[in-house]
Amino acid sequence: MTKANRQRLRDAVLYALLLGVVVLLAFAADWPVIQENFLNQEVLRTLWPEIITVAAKNTIVYTAISFAGGLVLGVVLALMKLSPVTPYRWLATAWIEFFRGLPALVVIIGFALAVPIAFNWQPPGGLVGAGVLALVIVSSAYMAETIRSGIQAVPPGQVEAAHSLGMSGSWTMVSVVLPQAFRIIIPPLTNEFVLLLKDTSLLAIVGAATDDRELTTFGRDSVSENFNSSPLLAVALLYLVITLPLTRLVAYLEKRSMVKAR
Amino acid sequence: MSAPAEGTRAIEVQDLHKHFGDHKVLNGIDFHVDAGEVVCVIGPSGSGKSTLLRCVNRLEQPTSGTVLVEGVDVTSPETDLNKIRSRIGMVFQQFNLFPHMSVLRNLTIAQQRVLKRNRGEADGIARANLERVGLGDRADAYPAQLSGGQQQRVAIARALSMEPDMMLFDEPTSALDPELVGDVLDVMRSLASEGMTMMVVTHEMGFAREVGDKLVFMDEGIIIEEGAPRDVLSSPQHQRTQAFLSKVL
Repeated sequence: MTKANRQRLRDAVLYALLLGVVVLLAFAADWPVIQENFLNQEVLRTLWPEIITVAAKNTIVYTAISFAGGLVLGVVLALMKLSPVTPYRWLATAWIEFFRGLPALVVIIGFALAVPIAFNWQPPGGLVGAGVLALVIVSSAYMAETIRSGIQAVPPGQVEAAHSLGMSGSWTMVSVVLPQAFRIIIPPLTNEFVLLLKDTSLLAIVGAATDDRELTTFGRDSVSENFNSSPLLAVALLYLVITLPLTRLVAYLEKRSMVKAR
Repeated sequence: MSAPAEGTRAIEVQDLHKHFGDHKVLNGIDFHVDAGEVVCVIGPSGSGKSTLLRCVNRLEQPTSGTVLVEGVDVTSPETDLNKIRSRIGMVFQQFNLFPHMSVLRNLTIAQQRVLKRNRGEADGIARANLERVGLGDRADAYPAQLSGGQQQRVAIARALSMEPDMMLFDEPTSALDPELVGDVLDVMRSLASEGMTMMVVTHEMGFAREVGDKLVFMDEGIIIEEGAPRDVLSSPQHQRTQAFLSKVL
């Protein structure tokens, strides 16, 4: 047998195998049960419109707050990490390593349960508020490193030019360095946004009030109320509707910045 | 523009040393630039000429020695460094325009932030300086849309918009394609003829001969020879100057 023929035979076997598995699954699957449990129109109808007006809206609001808060805190931490004052650098490093090293879920439980119990603290915005605060802190730790790398990627000549014009260190940072740093880190920050959006599902652990529920909490509650899994599929589709365009956007931005960096 | 007191030199450098770790870049420089004078500094790469220039506005921190700008000690911690720097224009080899700002914004940002000029006044001064360097029609362009020569002329206009008392040039034409060098030198020539105090680190011997009032030759962190450009270039006294000039002329 020639080499080309051997290759053709191998491909044919692989395709036949795949076809076999698909046919087997199609026959083995209990289609009525799948339709009843995952695509139940009656159950799906009961989700409308709260799945959008409450659940998806809250997911986006929590993501936006966590992202914005994490970004502001991340800038502060990045500047501390680059500070000439040694204790600031230590503090920032400790914060970043601590919160990056912990699972986000542990931090959320800590803020929503442990801290309120220990210090009799009423978190603003209730348990969800405490959870979102935890996400702000976790994302700040991740973003601080991204922002620091962006700041360091700005050519030193830019700072020298600003200084030579008499601009102070803080004006140089605000007007010259940070705008260029953010341009550099738009792709990783968008990626961070997607991760954060998915991490808001961890808020399901805190047990939010009806109107504070985000997509995952809403989906889980609907599944147990209806004793039917269709809501979970709807929730999954909604996540994908948001995340897939964003990940395509990241890919596009990365490609563009690579072209620019020629 | 605050006129320096009578008899005060624009730049006066005394016994300047600069070490980067074990590497001694400047080994005792005594040097001055008088108001209205154009001083060109030449020398092989690594001779410390750029470092000397950068010590004048303290982009480099001298290891020891004194740098006086209009009689004010730049190295003293008491000195308001930003105020001094705003009176010293600087032009870099790599232009260092702010890429995220329009040409006009490049020229107005420091006027507004440092000199506290209002937008209208800053715009007017910026546009006048763009005209001066022959780029009055490119105010709304971004640096990336300009050629290297145009970018360097914008950089000169940016420095001039602060209405400085003196200008430092750090190899302003070294990063340019040969055909773009002329326009930049023309701008510098007209600045010199208007009486601007200039310190120019350069490899352009023609410019030094024609425009310079004084030529300084540096090697290994010391000044080997200085004098009228014509004299130094045509009859160098020191052997190292002769060797250098025989290679570049």
